[in-house]
Amino acid sequence: MTEAIDAEGLIKRFGKVTALDGLDLQVRTGEVHGFLGPNGAGKTTTIRVLLGLMRNDGGRVRLLGGDPWADATRLHRRLAYVPGDVTFWPNLTGGEVIDLLGRLRGGLDPRRRDDLIERFELDPRKKGRTYSKGNRQKVALIAALASDVELLLLDEPTSGLDPLMEEAFREVILQEKRRGDRTVLLSSHILAEVEALCDRLTIIRDGRSVETGTLSDLRHLTRTTIRAELTGPVNGLASIAGVHDLTSTDGRVAFDVDHEALEPALKTLVAAGVRSLVSQPPSLEELFLRHYTRDEASR
Amino acid sequence: MTGTGQLLRLILRRDRVILPIWVLLLGLLPQLYLSAFQGFFASDAERIQYAHVSAANAGFAGLYGPLSGDSLVELVVWRAGALPVMIGLAALLTVIRHTRAEEEAGRSDLIRATVVGRWAQLAAALLATLVAGLVIGLLVTGTMIGSGQPAAGSVAFGALFTLSAWVFAGVAAIAAQLTSSARGARMIAVLVLGVSYVLRMGGDISAIGDGRLDWLAWLSPLGWVQKIVPYAENAWWPAVLALLITVVTVAVAGALLTRRDLGSGLLASRLGPAHAGAGLSSSLGLAWRLHRGLLLGWTAGFAALGVVFGGVGTSVVQLAENSSSVSEAFSKIGGSGSVTDAYFATTAGTCALIAALYAVQAGLRMRDEEQNGHAELVLTASVSRFSWAASHLLFVLIGPALAMAAEGALAGATFGDVGPVLSAALVQLPAIWVLGAVTMLLIGMLPRFAALAWAAVGLSFLILIFGPLLEFPGWAMDVSPFTHVPQLPAAAFTVVPETVLTLIAIALAGVGLLALRRRDIPA
Repeated sequence: MTEAIDAEGLIKRFGKVTALDGLDLQVRTGEVHGFLGPNGAGKTTTIRVLLGLMRNDGGRVRLLGGDPWADATRLHRRLAYVPGDVTFWPNLTGGEVIDLLGRLRGGLDPRRRDDLIERFELDPRKKGRTYSKGNRQKVALIAALASDVELLLLDEPTSGLDPLMEEAFREVILQEKRRGDRTVLLSSHILAEVEALCDRLTIIRDGRSVETGTLSDLRHLTRTTIRAELTGPVNGLASIAGVHDLTSTDGRVAFDVDHEALEPALKTLVAAGVRSLVSQPPSLEELFLRHYTRDEASR
Repeated sequence: MTGTGQLLRLILRRDRVILPIWVLLLGLLPQLYLSAFQGFFASDAERIQYAHVSAANAGFAGLYGPLSGDSLVELVVWRAGALPVMIGLAALLTVIRHTRAEEEAGRSDLIRATVVGRWAQLAAALLATLVAGLVIGLLVTGTMIGSGQPAAGSVAFGALFTLSAWVFAGVAAIAAQLTSSARGARMIAVLVLGVSYVLRMGGDISAIGDGRLDWLAWLSPLGWVQKIVPYAENAWWPAVLALLITVVTVAVAGALLTRRDLGSGLLASRLGPAHAGAGLSSSLGLAWRLHRGLLLGWTAGFAALGVVFGGVGTSVVQLAENSSSVSEAFSKIGGSGSVTDAYFATTAGTCALIAALYAVQAGLRMRDEEQNGHAELVLTASVSRFSWAASHLLFVLIGPALAMAAEGALAGATFGDVGPVLSAALVQLPAIWVLGAVTMLLIGMLPRFAALAWAAVGLSFLILIFGPLLEFPGWAMDVSPFTHVPQLPAAAFTVVPETVLTLIAIALAGVGLLALRRRDIPA
């Protein structure tokens, strides 16, 4: 089994609203896979379909080699889920919730549990209603991470955590990654987090996947920003297909260039004589924004 | 208090369905009682005799309060004596719903961050409730005067209802400041209401007997409003007392509000265990944690009801045995047989309806769990939908059974004859289960309308209370599952309806479970 999650052409409708409109998602066993999209793009709905909480109206989905709807209970022994908006029982303490969820999944490692509680600085004796959002999230994270499962489904797990705890979360996930036997689907819109943790990622929008691949794959699809100071006049830059937004003043040029046009553009600059050069690779942020603003404009 | 007006509009918008329902229902019930009583007695003599016997009946004094005279309208006031409890309940739930529940849900942060004064939310919730109470009183006064009753008495009658709402709105306003959870605040306010009811009950029962404990009623706000005695005394000073308490409680609540942070309560919440006990390791263990409070509360309440009903049974024997009109009145409600048999059949039926409320409440916990996102946590931790729902369903079935058994056993023990009284309570179970199963069916098939299960109990209640009095046709009576239950001990036990009701309950719950397995969660 090389694919922990394999979904193709997922469709899910709520009445007249189409939440998923032919979504594809492939997550390989052992990888940390980023799942990006703006609010309302269908991230949570996809995860709920993967969990067998909701049934897809169309398309094909396999999870850990099984059917998430029909084999839900059996598959759930092998995975743990952290919802985006965690709430739990007001009269149960955090420690009780961690133990309960762990036991329901078939047991959890008590040493790891205590280790994680310390790491995330959680007081497990507080009652559910007295926890802040971030602390409720920690409870669900600890319950998930302390369980001995193959697959972690994390729906915006750090949206309520402070920067220190976000860092702790990253460390724990990187540790998991080094172990190599856990697959993680990480839905997020914190791009730095995805950049730091994920092997591959899928970007969705309006219930459809718009990009998928490794970060460097995706960077190929985007432009590098070049700023240069030249010793002589430059000719022919504007005529290279793939050079955009060219500005030129007093021997300074600045432009964005597509991946394929990088080489001819640089050759042209070298021919003119380069005094200094700054090149900025596309960040995930730009990638993300470009996708949405472009699509927004074309709508 | 800036922004009170806008928040008031928000409350009215959110409660635009439920608020008119309880205001109209509680405000118009006295008029319904009046019409029902008008057709009930063949002659004045019969009515007077009924009044005399009822006035001396300890059970009635406990349930409704004292009966001041034998006129038709006094009978109505007396019969409406249980309504102040309902009004108080509706008022306190409304206040907490718009104060502490909002704060707990975190919506208050949003509101309080806008141009809204510190007291605005409390003021708006109180204002809505006080006006609702006032409208109930005006409805009572208006309908009574419209039916040709004396104006002064009708105003007093309306004031009795209005003040019942006001006093408990004030109590709830204080309770909402004490705890950080809405559930805790509700518990405190309902406890005050329950204790008020029991104190009034004790005082009024004692007043019929040797009167040594009749001062108990003076400790209860429900006792005060009843001391107005509409149409007979129209006393104004108990009304002033109730009004004063309303002002004081509201002022105290306002003062307490300034002494605490938003979201916190004055009673600090305690720390709990860091590890789960051995019992908390399955969906059943979790269901026990979620249902045990309800189960213990309802069972204790029913046990207390049993003691009261059993104790009253003795006085029913003494007071009613030589009065044909009372025998007739009872047999109209409970079937043929001796007066005590009819009495216990009636109390069992009434308890069963109340227990059905518990069944629905326990069933709807399941829906709450789904909507709060708690079900998701459990269902994705390798618990099947079937065992999740079945764990809750178990408490829907067993909870009311334990409550009814407690009521029947204690009523029987207090009366001195356990067997027949306990059986009378237990034969009601299949009908209660049908309503519990209706809840499961709705959760499975029409989750968004699951709260309609309350309407099913309401309908059964209307059929039981008004059906015999207003002589409903047979098919209408048959809609209620309780119509089909054998009226033990007045009637003989019949196997067929009991079996059929049980099978219907199993079928409805089964269909609900199957539907739940096929639908989205949350839906």
